[in-house]
Amino acid sequence: MKFKGTDSYVATPDLMVAVNAAITLQRPLLVKGEPGTGKTILAHEIARAIKKPLIEWHVKSTTKAQQGLYEYDAVSRLRDSQLGDAKVQDIGNYIRRGKLWEAFAADEAPVLLIDEIDKADIEFPNDLLLEIDRMEFFVYETGEKIAARQRPIVIITSNNEKELPDAFLRRCFFHYIAFPDKETMARIVKVHYPDIQKNLVNEALGAFFEIRDVPGMKKKPSTSELLDWIKLLMAEDIPPETLRSKDRKDLIPPLYGALLKSEQDVHLFERLAFISRREGR
Amino acid sequence: MFVEFFLSLKQAGVPASLREYLTLIEAMKHNIAAYKVDDFYYLSRSCLVKDERNLDKFDRVFGTCFKGLEFLSEPDEKAKIPEDWLRKLAERVLSAEEMAKLKAMGWDELMETLKKRLEEQTKRHQGGSKMIGTAGTSPFGAFGYNPEGVRMGQDEGRHGRAVKVWDQRLYKNLDDSVEIGTRNIKMALRRLRRFAREGAATELDLPDTIRATAHNAGILDLKMVPERHNSVKVLILFDVGGSMDGHIKVCEELFSAVRSEFKHLEYRYFHNCLYERIWSDNRRRHNEPQATWDLIHTYPADYKLIFVGDATMSPYEITYPGGSVEHMNEEPGTEWMRRVLDVYSRAVWLNPVAEKYWDNSPSIGILRQLMRGRMYPLTLGGLDRAMRELGH
Repeated sequence: MKFKGTDSYVATPDLMVAVNAAITLQRPLLVKGEPGTGKTILAHEIARAIKKPLIEWHVKSTTKAQQGLYEYDAVSRLRDSQLGDAKVQDIGNYIRRGKLWEAFAADEAPVLLIDEIDKADIEFPNDLLLEIDRMEFFVYETGEKIAARQRPIVIITSNNEKELPDAFLRRCFFHYIAFPDKETMARIVKVHYPDIQKNLVNEALGAFFEIRDVPGMKKKPSTSELLDWIKLLMAEDIPPETLRSKDRKDLIPPLYGALLKSEQDVHLFERLAFISRREGR
Repeated sequence: MFVEFFLSLKQAGVPASLREYLTLIEAMKHNIAAYKVDDFYYLSRSCLVKDERNLDKFDRVFGTCFKGLEFLSEPDEKAKIPEDWLRKLAERVLSAEEMAKLKAMGWDELMETLKKRLEEQTKRHQGGSKMIGTAGTSPFGAFGYNPEGVRMGQDEGRHGRAVKVWDQRLYKNLDDSVEIGTRNIKMALRRLRRFAREGAATELDLPDTIRATAHNAGILDLKMVPERHNSVKVLILFDVGGSMDGHIKVCEELFSAVRSEFKHLEYRYFHNCLYERIWSDNRRRHNEPQATWDLIHTYPADYKLIFVGDATMSPYEITYPGGSVEHMNEEPGTEWMRRVLDVYSRAVWLNPVAEKYWDNSPSIGILRQLMRGRMYPLTLGGLDRAMRELGH
């Protein structure tokens, strides 16, 4: 059961080693990297590659660790007791399972994605330490102990908005998805758009990496933006020559809206174009 | 097995613990790296490094600990880097004995020697020999300013062997431990959190609901409370213009972090020292000044006051009426500082000037005294201390 990337996901060798280590040793894998380098997609692809169900837990700023385990709906129990409903006798009827419980109770070990763990409160990872480590927890209301039937494969992503606590980090494997080089990028594009002309890819990649190299950009375009852009280029049927033309006035690439997401960056480019036009005269 | 490696990692400042080391051993036992050096590098990196900022340190330690290991696996042709020819250049320029000494020498020293030698050569062959002309200036143009970016590679460099992955040092740019970034500032500002429940009641208050229901003889009585949020109120006064121009970047970072962290935030600008007028938009400072009195009257005393400024000026600007460089101030800056500080008892001054230079400028001393010592440097450590001061 080795992960080697899939037909729609290009995994670099270091990523493969990290994923396989996490699968073999049944430890969580923490994935960091620039936004848009495929952190969340990774979990989907792992699940697809090893043919396991995927359970997703998207973390928000209001998410509490307890919600991943279970929630006790005291209010509806109270309401039922007022109405004299018979099911009120069993407290278990009012325990709602969280994503972790779902993953623990699954028949075959699923892939559990804890997405953007850094969005939650600063104490969130600490509250999950024991559960992630031993893969078990205790339901106080029923006195039940829930232990994982099979340890799920846990993939955790972070965008680095908050530092994660050391004790939490120690329990994980860590992988930083570096920004792909030109060659890997060409492979990624090929995987997504197999029928694209080769020279269009080359020109688009050239233009893309040039844009990324412009100093002072607020948000550098990433893999997912490149893929969107290429899709647009193909849809609009833009000839590769347009991208190559080093003509001064075409310094801003066509359909740049897919690549430049902030107003300041567009302005920066317009300014650069203006300067080079003036120099070119 | 890899104790030596582990210890040198710790020495280099990579915060790896015994637990992670044991994980690595366990992974090796499970044969994940499968006797391949590259895989072992990836595996150990994934086990022992938990922060991308430490990746570069790890690469360096790995390079030194497992020197010579690359003989065991195929050379990676893709990994060829310009250092290769730079090294050849070194071989051409340096004598054989000097090359022998290379092992003992650090890279910086090597660069120094090489540079000197090239300079000598430029002088000797006037007009520049071919070697200097094509290669002489460019390696130093490219690498001279950033000598640690260049590494000597392995012992067998002369054969043009490729450099292994860890020697490419891809993560160099991520090692930003000294830089003060917005995220770090936010972490420091977090000390100033005071949670309070204010505004519309949107959350169910379970304990109170239960209490009220019991009180109500078992008939459900729902109780709601407002959501918790940070209720700290902050008033920031920025010094702008003049000597502050050199500190714009750090102030901008502080400002953007502050803006996202505090809900109740007011900010104003002043120039050099606080006088009777301040302004809220820096571009319209001469047209739309506001009276400092209004500020004091508008915001209640529970606001926390933060000054940001280099406090570097002539002492007269603080202590004498009419001392201001911009206008005729009828009352001295000291008077205004005293008035403001009387109202806002929780106040600090953040100074972007490094702490060790504070004694060189008398005006900093005066303002420090006025602030009763609550002046802190605008660094992460200083910010942390300042927030503690404001927080308690």
